[in-house]
Amino acid sequence: MPIESVNDFVVRFANVNGSGSASANELFARSVLRMGVPVSPRNIFPSNIQGLPTWYEVRITEAGHLGARGGVDLMVAMNPQTFDKDVASIEKGGYLFYDNTKPLPPSRFRDDITVIGVPLTAICNREYIDPRQRQLFKNIIYVGALSAILDMDVGAIEKLIAEQFRSKDTLIEPNVHALHLGRDYALMNLDCPIGLKVKKANAVGDRIFIEGNNATALGAVYGGATVCAWYPITPSSSVAEAFQRHCARYRTDAKTRTNRYAIIQAEDELSSIGMVIGASWNGARSFTATSGPGISLMQEFLGLAYFAEIPAVLIDVQRAGPSTGMPTRTQQCDLVSCAYASHGDTKHVLLFPEDPAEAFEMTAQAFDLADRLQTPIFVLTDLDIGMNHRLCRPLKWDDSRAYDRGKIMTAEMLEQGSDFGRYLDVDNDGIPFRTLPGTHPTKGSFFTRGTSRDRYARYTEEGGPYADNMQRLLRKFETAKSLVPRPVRRNADKPTKCGAIYYGSTSPAMDEAIHMIAARGQPLDMLRVRGFPFHQDVNDFIAEHEFVFVVEQNRDSQLRTLITTECGIDPMRLVPVLHFDGTPITARFIANAIGDHLDALKVTPLRKVRS
Amino acid sequence: MTYIVKPKFHHPALPKNSLGYTHRDYEGSVSTLCAGCGHDSISAAIIEACFELAIEPHRVAKLSGIGCSSKTPTYFLGQSHGFNSVHGRMPSVLTGANLANRDLIYLGVSGDGDSASIGLGQFAHAIRRGVNMVYIVENNGVYGLTKGQFSATADRGSKAKRGAINNDTSIDLVAMAMQLGATFVARSFSGDKAQLVPIIKAAIEHKGAAFIDVLSPCVAFNNHLGSTKSFDYVRMHNEAVNRLDFITGREPIKVDYEPGTVEIVEQHDGSKIALRKLNSEYDIHNKLAAMSFLLNHAAEGQIVTGLLYVDSDPDDLHANLATVDTPLNALAEKELCPGSAMLDKFNAGLR
Repeated sequence: MPIESVNDFVVRFANVNGSGSASANELFARSVLRMGVPVSPRNIFPSNIQGLPTWYEVRITEAGHLGARGGVDLMVAMNPQTFDKDVASIEKGGYLFYDNTKPLPPSRFRDDITVIGVPLTAICNREYIDPRQRQLFKNIIYVGALSAILDMDVGAIEKLIAEQFRSKDTLIEPNVHALHLGRDYALMNLDCPIGLKVKKANAVGDRIFIEGNNATALGAVYGGATVCAWYPITPSSSVAEAFQRHCARYRTDAKTRTNRYAIIQAEDELSSIGMVIGASWNGARSFTATSGPGISLMQEFLGLAYFAEIPAVLIDVQRAGPSTGMPTRTQQCDLVSCAYASHGDTKHVLLFPEDPAEAFEMTAQAFDLADRLQTPIFVLTDLDIGMNHRLCRPLKWDDSRAYDRGKIMTAEMLEQGSDFGRYLDVDNDGIPFRTLPGTHPTKGSFFTRGTSRDRYARYTEEGGPYADNMQRLLRKFETAKSLVPRPVRRNADKPTKCGAIYYGSTSPAMDEAIHMIAARGQPLDMLRVRGFPFHQDVNDFIAEHEFVFVVEQNRDSQLRTLITTECGIDPMRLVPVLHFDGTPITARFIANAIGDHLDALKVTPLRKVRS
Repeated sequence: MTYIVKPKFHHPALPKNSLGYTHRDYEGSVSTLCAGCGHDSISAAIIEACFELAIEPHRVAKLSGIGCSSKTPTYFLGQSHGFNSVHGRMPSVLTGANLANRDLIYLGVSGDGDSASIGLGQFAHAIRRGVNMVYIVENNGVYGLTKGQFSATADRGSKAKRGAINNDTSIDLVAMAMQLGATFVARSFSGDKAQLVPIIKAAIEHKGAAFIDVLSPCVAFNNHLGSTKSFDYVRMHNEAVNRLDFITGREPIKVDYEPGTVEIVEQHDGSKIALRKLNSEYDIHNKLAAMSFLLNHAAEGQIVTGLLYVDSDPDDLHANLATVDTPLNALAEKELCPGSAMLDKFNAGLR
C-alpha cells in the first residue's frame, strides 16, 4: 500500500555536487514552511566541490519533530550514480520521483513503491539551448513538479522566488516559468496529488529558519567580539564568513568606512589561537572558529591560556574524527579533547547549545564567561547544528544587558593603592584581577608567562607557590559551575526510576524519542546538560534514578566519561546510548536503544543484582 | 633560579630624558643569562633607544617566544607589560595584541631557534601582514637553553662546540624578511652599540613591520674557532653598509652632515634617518639591489650590516583592515552591539 500522509513525511533529494541543486532544494523546504508546516532539512554532502553525490533531506513535520527521522518516503533521484542505492533506501510503500527521459528497465525499480517519472531532461532540452540553463532550470522544474504531486501552494513558491531575486528581478520571470513547466507537466500527465500531501497549517509560529553557524557568528557580534582569527576548516568556516558579513553590516561606520572589528584568516590554527590569546590579553574580545583537527593543533596554546589565565572563546563545530575522519559528517566527539586540552593538569569550560538560538545566546555569553573566568571557553556545536537550516525560536537580546568584563584593575584602582597581585585570590573565588597593557606608568605591569610564578607573577620553580596556584585554578573551576548555563530538567508524567542525560544536537531527536519511549510504557526523566563543569543538578539527577542513560553521538561515551570523572559517579550507573556513524542521531534509534534496554532490565535493576 | 629585584636607588646626577626618566626607569630585573652574552648587550641597546626616544615604558608591550632571547624582555622595560608566550609563536600573539590596541608600541623579541625553526611560519606571516612592530631576532646560530644544538641560521660548514659540522643550508632571515614584504629591514651586531641603538630607534618609529636581525654570539656554545657566529668571526667579516643617526619627528630637525656621504631618509611620521654611507654602491630603497648585494656578500663570506631596506611610506595591518582609530579594546557595548531592534529585523528576514 502506498504511504498516505499529510504533513508528516520525509523527502530526500539525491543530487550531484555542484549542479546548482542546493538553492532549488532550499526553495522547496522554505515553501513548505511558508505553508505553515515545520520542516527540518539536512545536507548530506561529501568532502568535494563538484561531481560527488550529495543529498538534501527535508523532514516535513507538522508535529514539529526537528530531529532526523531516518528512512525516506519520497526520493527525488536526480543522480544516476547513486540511483540504485537511492531506490533501495525508500520506505516500503514510498515514492520514487525520477527523470524518465531515458527509459530504464523494470529491474531498476521496486514493486513495493510508486514510481513517478517526469522527462526533466527532455523538457529542458526543448526549452533551453544554453547547457548551464538546462542544468539550473532542471532543478526548478522538479520543484514545480513536486508542488503538483504534493498538492503544494504554488503561490507561496512564486512569492519566495520573487523575494530571492529581489535585487536581480530579471531572473524572477524565467524561474517562475521553469517552475510552471514542471508543475504543468505533472498536473497534465500524472495522478496529482499522490498519497503524500502538504496542507496549509499554522504550526510554524514566529520561529525563524537559520543555520547554526550564522547564529553563532551573530552571537559573537552581539557578544562584543572585535577580533576573529581563523583558519578554514569544514564545518566551521561559515562561522567566520558569517561574522565577516554581519560585521560589514553592523560594525562598519557608514561615513568613514572604518571597521569596528578585525578579522584575520591566519596561516594555521596555531596562529589563529595565538592571535586570539594576544588580543584577549590586550583586552579585546576575541574568538576563533574551528573543528576537531584545529583543536588538536591548538593544544599547546590552550595550556598557556589556562595557566596564564587569558580569556579566549573557541567555537568548535564538531565533525567525525579521529584524524581527518569524515569531515562532512556530524559527531559530538571533541568533548574530552576540549575539556582537558593541553599537557599537564588542565580543565576547560564547555558550552553545549542545542540549536541555532542557543548557539547565538551561548556564544554571546561565552565572551562574558571568558572575561569573568579569564580562561578559554569552548562553544561545542556540531555539523548538524552548524551547517543545516533549523527552525528555532527568534533570537533575542536584552538592551539593558551590559558586558561583564570581569576583574580588570584600572589606573584609578591602582592609584587608590589596591594591592595588585596578578595571581592573588582576593575574593576567594579563585579569580584574580588582571591589568591591561598600558594601564598605568608605574603600577600594575606584570609579566605574563607559561612558566610557574607566585601570586605576584614573579617567576618561581618552588613547589609551594606552584601548588598554591594549581589549587586556586581548581577553585576557579569550581566557581565556573555556578556561571555556566544550568542543565534543563524535564520529568516524566509519572514517577520513574529511569532517566536520560543528553546534550547539544541530540535534543530534537530526544524530544521526539521521549514520546515513543513513553508509548512503550516506559516513562523517563530527562536532563539536558548545557555546560561543563557540571552543575550540582547533574549529581542530583543521577542520585535520584536507578538507571541513567547517557545519549551521545560518539563512540567512547565522552560525556559519560566526564561525568564519572568529575562527579565521582560509578560508571555502572550510567548506561551509554551511542550513535556515531556520522549521520545525525534519530528518535527511532534512541527509542529503540533505550526501549530495548529497559525491556531487558524490566525485572531487576543492575544495582540490585550487584549487591 | 630566583627572581632578582634591582635596588631602586640611583645616583642623583643620572641623566634624564625629556620625560624626566633616567636609564633606570627603562631597566628590568637582573639578567640571568651567561656573563658576556650578546643578548644582554641588545637589552642594553633597547633600553638606550627607548630612553633616548623618551618613550613612556608602559606604552610598550614586549612579547617573546621561548629560549634565551625570549627570556630577555624580563631584563628591560620593567614597567611594560610583557608576554613570554610559547615557542615560535610570538608573532601570532603580537599580531593579536596589536589588533586589540593599535596605540601601543609592540616589541617582539625572538631568537634564531624561535623564529627560523619552530616559528618560521609565524615569522613569515606576521611580516607579510605588515604588523606594525619591531621584530628583533637575537641570532646566535645555536640553541643555548638546551645546550648547544645547531639552529637553522647556523652557516653550512660551521662547527659546533663539540665538533659536529653543520651540513644544512642556513636560513637568512634578513633576505626572507625583504622577500616577504617587511618595510624596514636591518642587520646589526650585539657588539656594535653605535650601529644598533639608532637602528632600534628608527624601527620603533617606523609605522610598519620592522625586522632587525642582530648577530649575538653565544659565549657558552658558539664563540669558538670554527663558529661563524663568534665575536671574532663577526668582527672580521662585518661589512657595514651604513652608519645611521636617528632623529625623531617630535624634535626640531637639525641635520648637518657632509654632502656626498650622507643620505637623509624621512619616514612617514616625520622622523628622519641620517645615513652615513660606508658603501657607495648600496641603495636602501631598492629592494632587489639590496637583496642582490646581500646575497653576493654572503657568497663571499661577508655579513652585511646596517639599515638594509626601508620603505618610507609603509602600510600596516590596521590600514589594510581599515580599523577605526579607537583601539578595539576601548570600544563599548554601544559601538559593538547592534541591539534588539536590529535583531528583530534580522529575525524577520528569516521567516
